[in-house]
Amino acid sequence: MAITPPSQRIWWKEPIAKIELIWIAIAFTWGLFMFFMMIYWHGAGEQNLSNEAYKTTAQQYARKAQAVIDEYTVRQENGFPVVRPPEGSDVYLIARLWQWWPILELEKDKSYRLHLSSMDWQHGFSLQPVNINVQVHPGYDMVVTVRPDQAGEYGIVCNEFCGIGHHNMVGKIYVVE
Amino acid sequence: MANSAVFRTCPTTGLKVDRSAESLIKANAVAAVVFLAVGGLFGLLVALTRWPAVHFLPADWFYLALTAHGLDVLLVWIIFFEMAVLYFASAVLLNSRLAGPKWAWTGFGMMLVGAIITNIAVLRGQSSVMFTSYVPMMAESSFYLGIILFAVGALIGCFVFFGTLVVAKQEKTYQGSIPLVTFGALTAAIIAVFTIASGAIILIPTWLYSLGIVKYIDPLVYKTIWWGMGHSSQQINVSAHVAVWYAIAAMVFGAKPLSEKVSRMAFLMYILFLQLASAHHMLVEPGFSSEWKIFNTSYAMYLAVLGSMVHGMTVPGSIEAAQRARGLTKGLFEWLRKAPWSNPAFAGMFMSLVFFGFIGGISGVVMGTEQINLIMHNTLYVPGHFHGTVVAGTTLAFMAITYLLVPLIFRRELKFRKLAQWQPYVFGIGVAGISLFMMGAGTLGVARRHWDMTFADAQLPFDYPATAFLMMGLNGMFAVLAALGGVMFVVIVVGSVFFGKKLAPDEKPSYPEVPPSAAAVGHYGSSDTLKIPGTAMLVGIFFIAFVLYYFVNWKYLSEIWPLS
Ligand code: HEM
Ligand SMILES: [Cu+2]
Ligand SMILES: [Cu+2]
Repeated sequence: MAITPPSQRIWWKEPIAKIELIWIAIAFTWGLFMFFMMIYWHGAGEQNLSNEAYKTTAQQYARKAQAVIDEYTVRQENGFPVVRPPEGSDVYLIARLWQWWPILELEKDKSYRLHLSSMDWQHGFSLQPVNINVQVHPGYDMVVTVRPDQAGEYGIVCNEFCGIGHHNMVGKIYVVE
Repeated sequence: MANSAVFRTCPTTGLKVDRSAESLIKANAVAAVVFLAVGGLFGLLVALTRWPAVHFLPADWFYLALTAHGLDVLLVWIIFFEMAVLYFASAVLLNSRLAGPKWAWTGFGMMLVGAIITNIAVLRGQSSVMFTSYVPMMAESSFYLGIILFAVGALIGCFVFFGTLVVAKQEKTYQGSIPLVTFGALTAAIIAVFTIASGAIILIPTWLYSLGIVKYIDPLVYKTIWWGMGHSSQQINVSAHVAVWYAIAAMVFGAKPLSEKVSRMAFLMYILFLQLASAHHMLVEPGFSSEWKIFNTSYAMYLAVLGSMVHGMTVPGSIEAAQRARGLTKGLFEWLRKAPWSNPAFAGMFMSLVFFGFIGGISGVVMGTEQINLIMHNTLYVPGHFHGTVVAGTTLAFMAITYLLVPLIFRRELKFRKLAQWQPYVFGIGVAGISLFMMGAGTLGVARRHWDMTFADAQLPFDYPATAFLMMGLNGMFAVLAALGGVMFVVIVVGSVFFGKKLAPDEKPSYPEVPPSAAAVGHYGSSDTLKIPGTAMLVGIFFIAFVLYYFVNWKYLSEIWPLS
């Protein structure tokens, strides 16, 4: 039994039952498949993180973000600037207690280099309802190239606990035709 | 060191039981159950708050309760119980005295004091940082100190376990190799040492940071090393609960592993391929390369998952073989139909096996896929997944073996047998429910660790779909069921341990039925007559479910915005 020493003293020489071998072979092959699937998707799939990231500081990042906000703000909404940057440009989103700043307005099927960083604690960028979730750290500027493929109004929820106002931290992205 | 240990002989198994090992098992098990009760209560409060129609706690209390819940159940309940398992699998199963009982008590004391210190820190309200305590958000310094004490205490327990293996070997208390269950416990203890080392590397500096001695801790470094502890400790749980599955199969059926070699290799996989198992917590963090992520998230090509899949066949397979050897050979499933479903040890163990595989296991592998993590990270899918592993899997297995330990170690008859018969079902179904509904809500984007899914006080409006609200309502209902199962468990255990009929030294417990070890179903082992078609069928169903679910999620992924 499993709670007593093996009944065959030389247990490592026992042959293995066929059914066990078959299952091990299937499970092993499946493991390899899943491993290569991730690599395959980097080539064939459209949803991958580039892992482009830079060390930064809150001040440095805020300065870059402010420059873009100053240049491309098209209107105000609920006290938030709505920023409409040109296609292909660097777009900055600031995560801070407890806001995603500013509101972005992007064009459908155009690419943008979206930068994410936090001014204070960790936050979670959770774009809804598409359900894209990326972690946001202080001190790191992460760049994700996004190409919105459907027009509409998207919410950015914070899904990393960031203190007592965490559940009020909501931002917005507009995607227009 | 002369043998000063005092033994009694177990009338059921004939094993010699060291009295000090016995007391330590009792103490650790009781502490475990107390913290399960406390932590479970916090879990219920959290679930009631996340039930939109109830929304029970105010926000600050919610975050406090969630921090306490995570710590008390994931850390304190599980690790205290694992200490009991380690002492049982070494001293008791090997017929040996425990090495250094004084050290073991010291470890126990440190764990208890540490757990209390951390709980007080959390209840004071300034340490609602979640059990992960990601920097730069800081708790009171006693929060970290308590966890460090607890971890060092657990480390001492692991070394007492290793010492006991050495003592047993030297004093020749057993013949041949250590039993499979002890081997599984050894796996758990080895991983525990690695785990606690990672914990020390990151929590000691964080404690010093909270005291102002260390000036800066990088949040990304913190998280990587923290999960070196946080995830590896889950591998401890898996090793421990798989060992418990084998133990229950042996104790209830006299089942023998199909092949010692295969089962032991599968345990070894857990140690060898742990790698940087923290990686699957870092899949959407800045600054790691995809090569690093892919290699480490798959624990180097899923070889540890292979280990679990092997156990997933060999455990039910050994039960089927034992049942067939007893003559239950009709069709594919007579062995399973006629299994002792009213024995809570078996019922709990079998549900633990099924839920761990189907709910916790599949979702874990899918979510740990580099790209798929994008559509799940930090949503409620994550707690959904791990309530499938660590609650429906580990906790339910530990509950199941408690029904055997109470008569064998505490020497008391179980009380409330009707209640005990239902307990695994109530708890198991409740937990399966919360796992699935949290996963469902997560698929719809609902954030974890979040007090208000209506965003009533947010500056900008946002609405989750109505189905997400439905999911959270159902989650609340099943949480009540799970909590009921938890209460039943505590009532049965506390009632039996303190008020159950005392067993005379040579008296065998009458419940749950455990065949005498002589009834071990002898010689099927790796013989070529071995037939386990029922298990093959179950494993086939599992595999199909796994493959389908895996591809469904790639399909979901392919529908989100292109990212690069
Ligand atoms: C009565 C039984 C239980 C219920 C109703 C329950 C319910 C919940 C709920 C609703 C959450 C919150 C999800 C969120 O908002 O993020 C949660 C979190 C959690 N639960 Fe449980 N749970 C139970 C038992 C357990 C057990 C036994 C364990 C561990 C062995 C456990 C481990 C955890 C952990 C680690 C978290 C995450 C805490 C965090 O995010 O910091 N739970 N639970
Ligand atoms: Cu936040
Ligand atoms: Cu937050």
